[in-house]
Order: sequence, then C-alpha cells, then structure tokens
Amino acid sequence: MSESTIVKLPDQSTARIPKMNYLSKENGILSWLLTGDHKRIAILYLISLSFFFFIGGALAGLIRLELLTPQADLMATDTYNKVFTMHGVIMIFFFLVPSVPATLGNFLIPMMIGAKDLALPKINLLSWYLYMAGGLLALYTMATGGVDTGWTFTTPLSTHYVNTNVLTTGLAAFIAGFSSIFTGLNFIVTIHKMRAPGMTWFKLPLFVWAHYAASVLMVLATPVVAIAIVLVALERTIGIGVFDPTKGGDPILFQHLFWFYSHPAVYIMILPGMGVISEVISTFSRKRVFGYTAVAFSSVAIAIFGFFVWAHHMFIMGISNYAVLVFSLLTMLVAVPSAIKIFNWTFTLYKGSITFETPMIYAFGFMGLFTIGGLTGVFLGVSGTDIHLTETYFIVAHFHFVMVGGMLMAFLSGIHFWWPKMTGRMYPEKISQLAAVVTFIGFNFTFFPQFILGTLGMPRRYASYPPEFQILNVFSTAGATILGVGYLLPVLYLVWSLRYGKIAGNNPWQATGLEWQTQSPPLTENFVKMPIMDHDVYDYEWLEAQQEKEKEVASA
Amino acid sequence: MSEQNAHAQHAEGKHAHHIVSPKTYALILLALLVGTATTVWASYVDLGIWNPVIALAIACTKATLVVLFFMHVKYSSKLTMLTVLAGIFMFLTLIGMTLADYISRAWGQW
Ligand code: HEM
Ligand SMILES: [Cu+2]
Repeated sequence: MSESTIVKLPDQSTARIPKMNYLSKENGILSWLLTGDHKRIAILYLISLSFFFFIGGALAGLIRLELLTPQADLMATDTYNKVFTMHGVIMIFFFLVPSVPATLGNFLIPMMIGAKDLALPKINLLSWYLYMAGGLLALYTMATGGVDTGWTFTTPLSTHYVNTNVLTTGLAAFIAGFSSIFTGLNFIVTIHKMRAPGMTWFKLPLFVWAHYAASVLMVLATPVVAIAIVLVALERTIGIGVFDPTKGGDPILFQHLFWFYSHPAVYIMILPGMGVISEVISTFSRKRVFGYTAVAFSSVAIAIFGFFVWAHHMFIMGISNYAVLVFSLLTMLVAVPSAIKIFNWTFTLYKGSITFETPMIYAFGFMGLFTIGGLTGVFLGVSGTDIHLTETYFIVAHFHFVMVGGMLMAFLSGIHFWWPKMTGRMYPEKISQLAAVVTFIGFNFTFFPQFILGTLGMPRRYASYPPEFQILNVFSTAGATILGVGYLLPVLYLVWSLRYGKIAGNNPWQATGLEWQTQSPPLTENFVKMPIMDHDVYDYEWLEAQQEKEKEVASA
Repeated sequence: MSEQNAHAQHAEGKHAHHIVSPKTYALILLALLVGTATTVWASYVDLGIWNPVIALAIACTKATLVVLFFMHVKYSSKLTMLTVLAGIFMFLTLIGMTLADYISRAWGQW
C-alpha cells in the first residue's frame, strides 16, 4: 500500500463479509418493504432518491439542450416552462431535501450515538412511504400534462392564471413535506433520548449536530409551506380570497409563507452536507475538527438565523422599503456561521496529514464551490445589487453552486466515505477519483458561465435569448454533458463494487466514529453490546491505542 | 404486589404520565364550548375593528387550553415545554415580521 493513503484493508485472501448482518438477516421483498431497521430504510431511500435524481437530471438535460440555440426550437415555450418546473420540483422536494438526512442520516445517526435504531422505527418507515407516495404523484402529474408555475408556485400565477396540474403537484409536495417532518422529529427524539452512556452533547460527531439543526428546521418550517399549499388549493378551487386583492387578499402573502419555509429549506438542504464534510475532512487529515464547539454551534446559529431572512427572495416583489432594509441586513448576518465552518475546516487541514481519497476530493470540491455559492448569495442579499441580478442567470448560478456544488458534492463524498460501512465492500479508488475530478470540471463549465450571463442580464426561465449570449450557453451545455458523465460513473462502479469490490473490514479509513468500531455491514442491532463513549470525539490517539491493545491481545 | 408498592411506583412514574381527573377535562370542555358560543354571538354584534380582535383572542385562549390540558403540556417536562415554545416563537416571528412589511408599506420611500 502506498504512503499516500490511510486505507488499511484486511488480507483479501482470507477476508470475509460477516455472515450475520443487516442485509443477510432476512430475505425477500417483504422483509424490505415492512422493515423497521433504520439501515434498510436508508437503503430504500438511497435507491428511490437516485431514481428521482436521474429523472430530474434528464429534465435538466432537456433544458440545457433547448438553450443550446437562441431560438426556442427543441420544444414549445410552454413545454419548456413545464420542464424547468418539474426539474425544480423533483430535484428540491424529492432529491435535495431528503438526500443526506434520509440516507446517510438514517443509516448513521443511531450508529454514531451508539443506539440500536431510531427512536420511532415505524414512523421512519412511514416517512419513506409518504416520500414514495409524493414522488409517484409528482411523476403522475408530469405524465398527465405537468405544471408550469416554477417550483415556487407563485401566486397569482398559480391561483388565477395557469390551468395545469397545480393541485396535484402541490399535493405531492405537501405529502413529501410530511415525510420530511417525520424524519426530523425522529432524529430529534433519537438524539435526545438514545445516546449511549458517556455520549454527551459535546462528544457527538459534528454530523449529528448538523442533522439536529436541520431536523429542527424540518419540524418548525415545513408546516408553514404545507399551509401555504393548502391555501393555494383553496384559492384555486373555491376562491377563498386570501391571495386575491379584489377580495381583500394579497398575492405577496403567499410569498411570505412560501419563503418562510423555503429559505430555511435551503439550510435543510445544506446542513446535513456540512455534517458530512466535517467527518470527511477530519478523517483524511487525521485531526480533530478545529474549533469543534464553534462548528457545532454554527449549525445551530444557521438554523436560528435562517428563519429571519426569508424576504430577501422578495426584494423586488413590492414589499416595503423598510422591510427590504432589515432583511438585507439580516441576510448579511446569516453568511457568518457558514463562513465559520469554512474557516474551521481550513484550519483543520493546516498541518494535518492529508490524503486524497475520493471522499476528500469531493470535500475539497464542496469547500471551493460552496464558498463561491455562499459569497454570491451575499451579492444577492445586498438589496442594490439584487435589483440588477434578481431573476437572472446569476441566481441560477448562485443556487446551483450551493446546491449542486455544495450539497451534491457532499452527498457523493458521504456515499463514498460510508459505502464500505453500508455494503462491506470498497468502491474502486482510481476510477472514483477520476469521477470526482470530472464532476468538478463539468460543474464549473456548466455553471460558471451562468454568473457571467446573469450579470450581462440574461433572464432565467425563458426558452429563447438574444444571440449574443449563445457562446456562454454553449459552454454551459457542453459542461452539462461532462457533468452527466461524472454522475453516471459512480452508479456504474458502485453497483459493480457490490459484487467485485474488495472486502472493506470494520474500519478501512481508520476513522474514530462509533459506527466504524463495529463490523461492516453492521448487525441489525448495530453493536454486539452497548458501546460506551469513554474517549473524546475525533480522538485519533485513542484509536491507535485501541488498535495496539487489540494486537497485543491477538498475539498473546 | 402490595398496595403500598403499587402506590410508590405510581408516584415515581408521576412525571411521565400525570393522570388528569375527568373533572378537569369536563371543565376545560365546558370552557371551550363557552368560548365557541361567545365567538358566534360576538360575530353578530358590530364592533368594527374589534370583531376580529375578539374572535382571535378567544381562539388563542382556546388553543392554549387545549395545548396545556388536553395535550398534557402543563404536566410535561421542561424540554417538552421548550419545544412548544419554539413553535410559538417561530409562529410569532412569521406573523410579526410579515406584519412589519404590511404596516411599513404605507410609509413610502426612505
Ligand atoms: C450562505 C449564505 C447565503 C446567502 C446570503 C444567500 C442569499 C440568497 C439571496 C439573497 C437569494 C435571492 C435572490 C433573489 O431572488 O433575487 C438567494 C436565492 C436562492 N438561494 Fe441562496 N443564499 C445563501 C445560501 C444558500 C444555500 C446554502 C442554498 C441551498 C443549499 C441556497 C439556495 C438558494 C436558492 C434555491 C435560491 C433561489 C430561489 C428561487 O428563486 O428559485 N442559498 N440566496
Ligand atoms: Cu434565501
């Protein structure tokens, strides 16, 4: 094994996947569909999420193809509206919001805190069923004509003007919302009640802190969007008038309600990803995360401040000038805790012994791209520049930098990092490093030109554009094809590795979390006996001492 | 198991499930019904701007009673109360900051 890696695999000629594990415990489709095991539910989520991701991705491909030329020539303009709406709805509600929490969070939170399962296993399964019900309903609406309001369901467009499937799509988002509320509730209860002896709050891995903060957002913010959707439905069907000025209502009220959820929702999307990055950076630089407490509390701060900035999505929508002033100021503040995290990760790297396994490459991608995404968010939070930049491709670039460059990179980082734990086998390292680099390059080609397009004034959500914007759009479309390759590769080699990957052993990365101190794939009960947290979190010296001890025992 | 023993166990479990007497439930139900009746009655009296104020005040009081007694929050742990308060705080933020927009729209430019 070369010097540049920390992987310590067992001798492959004798290594075996443990006979008893959560995958082999029971067989048959029903044992999956009726399971209460958080690990199996996580796998169910992983499969279904990936399915929705590739549908959303195909829609993105159509958007980019249409924008290859200035004319609207591939599809009719109203079809284009439906395509970008469904792309947004599927990617946000059915991929990004549940992505890391429902897969990695579900799988790992009980293991990280030394518990057997989540506190409410049946609710956990129910939330997967709700997710599937919502997702299939969304696909059904797409098949029967789609919807064209944009993922934001903005009134009065959604209530008075369009006659596409607003109601069913809204219902799909509503159902998915409850799935997310249940997941959040489950995590909160589990983290409060199920920690192993010795696992105090300040020994929790930062992954758990990040999920705790995200769960609070899920539970407190999601009901508001559910209510907003119900009001849209009532306005459309029986005209109750809350959003209709002729009856004393106000269409902007909808945006207040919607963004009261949807701004916190962007943190629901990014916080779990930040949790992944903390674990990965620490493991591959062999150091405790610098400023552990600051990183933990910055998650909480993001969750709290995240509730006070929503109107920055409405600066030009006709809200009061004074509200603009206040929300602009608060928006500046919310960037601070994110910056704290970036700085602390950077300091963690300082003088660490860094290695470049795939999860780490994705994590580096995250740090760079999220920083650009976050900083351009501040441009948009300044009310003056926002007037120029809002509703242009600059916004599209901003949120793709944070959501795709940030969250998706973190998701892939985490999937690779915990793949050996979930499946018992390693993914092939070289090709996955290549995939990570391809993703990074493809990403920048796709989305960087959009910042320039936005500043030049190209509006979002149109199928055609002035010919002088074509070159940058061609760049963007070309980049999207590279990005597509970057996302297809992992699917291929991860599936390949299920059968042919090297046997991973308990702890291939030499990581310190409790989840690594048990077999891979784990037992249904996670641990043979209740673990006791007798050392500090991210304590690499403890790990070494522990392994020395085991060696002595084995040789004696 | 002796009577005494059972009693001791009951005292220990007191925090987890406090037993609310049927009488309390009946009283709360009565209060809720009176509240409903008052709301209906008040809606027929023209009080100008005070109509919605009164309706909302009654509704809030009723909700508080339900949360405290029917949902047992009055007898629950501090953590549960904090959870409820977090919800109320978020709700007030939503209403407060949204209203701040509506009120200050009339102030024009600055
Ligand atoms: C770090 C600090 C951040 C700041 C200061 C910030 C600021 C902003 C602002 C001011 C806008 C509104 C622009 C406009 O409508 O004119 C915006 C839009 C958006 N942001 Fe961010 N943002 C930040 C982070 C994030 C993160 C982490 C995500 C998601 C993971 C995100 C996702 C979005 C989305 C989806 C939109 C566009 C919504 C739409 O109109 O469709 N932002 N951001
Ligand atoms: Cu926002």
